[in-house]
Amino acid sequence: MGPAPNCTRRRILQGLAAAPLALPMLGRTAVAAAPPATKVTPELIAAARKEGKAIWYTSVDLPVAERIGKAFESKYPGVAMRVERSGAERLFQRIGQEYASNIHAVDFVNSSDAAHFIVWKRDGLLAPYVPEDVAQHYPAEHRDPDGLFATWRATLSVIGYSTKLVKPEEAPNSFADLLDPKWSGKIVKAHPGYSGTIMTATYQVARDLGWEYFEKLSAQKIMQVQSAADPPKKLALGERAVMADGVEYGMFLLKDKGEPVEIVYPAEGTPLIIGPNGVMKKAPNPNAARLAQSFMFSLECQQLMVDFGGLRSFHALVKEKTGRKPLAEIKLMKDDPAAVEKQADDIKARYTKYFKV
Amino acid sequence: MPASAGMTSEPIVTVEALPAAAERASRSRFDASGAVMALFAAALCLLVVLPIAWLVVFAFTDRARNVTLANFVTLFTDPAFVEPLLTTLIIATSVSLICCLVAAPMGWIVARTDVPFARTIRMLVMASFVTPPFLGAIAWELLAAPNSGLLNQLYRAASGAGPDTVLFNIYSLPGLIFVISCYTFPYVFVLVANALDRIPGDLEDASTMLGGSAWRTARRVTIPLALPALAAGALVAFLQAMTLFGSPAILALPAGFHTMTTKIWSLFQYPPKPELAAAAALPLLLLTVALLRAQAFVLGRRGYTVIGGKSGAPRLVRLGWLRWPALALALAMLCLPVFLPYGALVNAAFSRIPSQLMTLDTLTLHNVKFVFFELSATKLAMKNTFLLGALAATCGTLLALVIAYLTARAAVTGHRVLGFLATAPIAIPGIVLGVGLFLAYTRGPIVLYGTLWILLLAYLTIELPAAYQQLQSSFRALAPELEEASRILGASRLETLRTITAPLLGPSLVATWCFIFVAVVRELSAAVILFTSETKVLSVLIFDLKESGDLAAISVLGLTMLILTAAVIVAANRLPGFGGGIRLRNN
Repeated sequence: MGPAPNCTRRRILQGLAAAPLALPMLGRTAVAAAPPATKVTPELIAAARKEGKAIWYTSVDLPVAERIGKAFESKYPGVAMRVERSGAERLFQRIGQEYASNIHAVDFVNSSDAAHFIVWKRDGLLAPYVPEDVAQHYPAEHRDPDGLFATWRATLSVIGYSTKLVKPEEAPNSFADLLDPKWSGKIVKAHPGYSGTIMTATYQVARDLGWEYFEKLSAQKIMQVQSAADPPKKLALGERAVMADGVEYGMFLLKDKGEPVEIVYPAEGTPLIIGPNGVMKKAPNPNAARLAQSFMFSLECQQLMVDFGGLRSFHALVKEKTGRKPLAEIKLMKDDPAAVEKQADDIKARYTKYFKV
Repeated sequence: MPASAGMTSEPIVTVEALPAAAERASRSRFDASGAVMALFAAALCLLVVLPIAWLVVFAFTDRARNVTLANFVTLFTDPAFVEPLLTTLIIATSVSLICCLVAAPMGWIVARTDVPFARTIRMLVMASFVTPPFLGAIAWELLAAPNSGLLNQLYRAASGAGPDTVLFNIYSLPGLIFVISCYTFPYVFVLVANALDRIPGDLEDASTMLGGSAWRTARRVTIPLALPALAAGALVAFLQAMTLFGSPAILALPAGFHTMTTKIWSLFQYPPKPELAAAAALPLLLLTVALLRAQAFVLGRRGYTVIGGKSGAPRLVRLGWLRWPALALALAMLCLPVFLPYGALVNAAFSRIPSQLMTLDTLTLHNVKFVFFELSATKLAMKNTFLLGALAATCGTLLALVIAYLTARAAVTGHRVLGFLATAPIAIPGIVLGVGLFLAYTRGPIVLYGTLWILLLAYLTIELPAAYQQLQSSFRALAPELEEASRILGASRLETLRTITAPLLGPSLVATWCFIFVAVVRELSAAVILFTSETKVLSVLIFDLKESGDLAAISVLGLTMLILTAAVIVAANRLPGFGGGIRLRNN
């Protein structure tokens, strides 16, 4: 990777230009209605302190989420961050359930299924709030035109293998390779009914390779887990040799710790997973929520997410970590939250038909 | 129901024999008792009838609440539902059978023989009982996952077999049955051992004196007297296995099959289909009713009163040199639910990678630090769990005591209905009860969702059947003559319950309290529906961690939870005036 940060950033953006994103489509209704960018003021901090805590529903893997929470707490003593981590699809269901009962527990929310933000926006659940960093340092396609949310993180759903159990030359290079009978009983895979990452990835793979791919994969006696954060951990345990899908950042974290796992960016293209963050209109701690939202998009937090969390960031000043393949060099599948939103039920039903669970 | 019903008939107080004043006093107090009892009956109706009514409404209607049978048509024609139903029945039957085969001999060894360390064995069974089934399932994943499981690794290392050789595969139907049995057999064991404890020696002595051999005595006296407990145990094991959610959710999904509870759970994923879930729960409810009727039919007409005003001490069988093999057998059995899983949890808690055996080099406190200093939900979940546990145990014991008394002594008309209501929730999978409560308490007039109260209601309802059964079987074993004596002397029912019955039942009450407490800490399926971020409990937190595969954090949290639970139970059993203090025997 190039040492010059700007160069890296340009390459990222080029990569993204090659993979048109659906986020701009979301704002067709209202153009440039976003409120002006908000600075973190002493008044906001004081008001947040009075509230004392911010509750964050997120689907990012727990150690990463808690690390970010601790960084926030040490920057703003007196404001605690309570992390509620679950699968994006589970969180989506929980928020729906809570709001239907007039329970407004969540202050601000992150989901690895960008389609959820289409629904929340349509239902009027989100508050307009644009942190200064978002206005200054984020590409337009990663900002909601109405200022309701922005892309807080991105990751990829990759193939992976255990270097203890598989030699590099024998490792799969593509989705098609996973259908080889030699991998029967050796594959672990996460679930689109739980994980937003896998929901998004399943849509992209089914669109590009057809559902026959999943039908054939289901004959491979796969081990089914829930979260997209789990397959990398199953590789590290040595429980399965190969993962059919799972989060790239989980693999980075394990590699950083010296665990014997390796990433494969499939030849057909790698599903790109966008994870926006937004403040709820009925947040119980509105000031703390806004302070936290600003922190989330700050260079400090975004750099931490990349360095410690292995995530990808769209903040213009963030430097990619040495040794990781830059996004621009990876062949990506197009992401399309609007289509995922329309097809989510169908995707879950078909998946269950093939994989039985 | 009780065999001794003839003796409990209401107007046994011979009014002529008592002074008029005492009679009046007795009357007025009896009225108060009636009111209190009516209150309990009403509370029970609210607890049980309300969620079940919602279930029935949902099962027989469509989304717009138009009456329809479509849900049942789907249920019985779609293989996606029929298969889980069959799987569930296979699991429940196998678990019930295995539990009886293991628990009955172990209960006998501990309660009726001079096996060494009998108390220790009981304590270890207790340890497997306080282990939440989902935690046990996770521990067994660590031990017997086909590739990374410690036992499989050990086997491959010892035998030199190749990397694809698998000795145990926990992600399978037999694996699941095995794990559920490990954490269900204590139910049967406790019931059988307690029953055997209570069988007085004089009955067996009588048999021996009349020339009965040891085997004949066992066959004609001991076994028949322990039979109700064993039957109750088999039933409880069956129903527990049928309605369990945590272990199947952890082991069946990776294996690629559903049980009824995990299927129902999947129906609550977005978009939720509560109508189908309610319909899926009703067959389980009907099956339970049928089983309970069968139990009443088999046991109902026999008499099992074993504690009267006078009785002898239980007689222990002398095993001689067989004592040691008996001890070894019991300990070997306890390896499966206790020693091995706990070892795996401790290993995972302190090693870098849970599938590697910890050595001095790989020992780490990172996981402990993460759970206690980084995981922001830990403290809140612990507080909620132990608060709810204590509250539910106290209210539940009280409720079960009164209801068991009313039904065992046929004290009010309609007591059979009360008994049925108190037992009915056992047939409702916690997850479905959770939904029933959710439906009942998310709309006016009372909105409880989002508060700890709705969890308390759920726990009370779920644990009531077992608590009630336990106290009811204690009542059955308690001759009514002592209470009758009190009543003849002018005490009201309530007074009698307080001054005579409750103290005699002291140890049973403490046991019931602990039982509910432990069950609440273990409970996952209703909580998983009813929790919000402010009302999170430990089981839900662990389940969340499991879904993202954080095995080390689970191990730390699980072990902490077990240690705290054990501390609470030890404290409860040291309570002055209960447990240790009162003995039911006149020796």
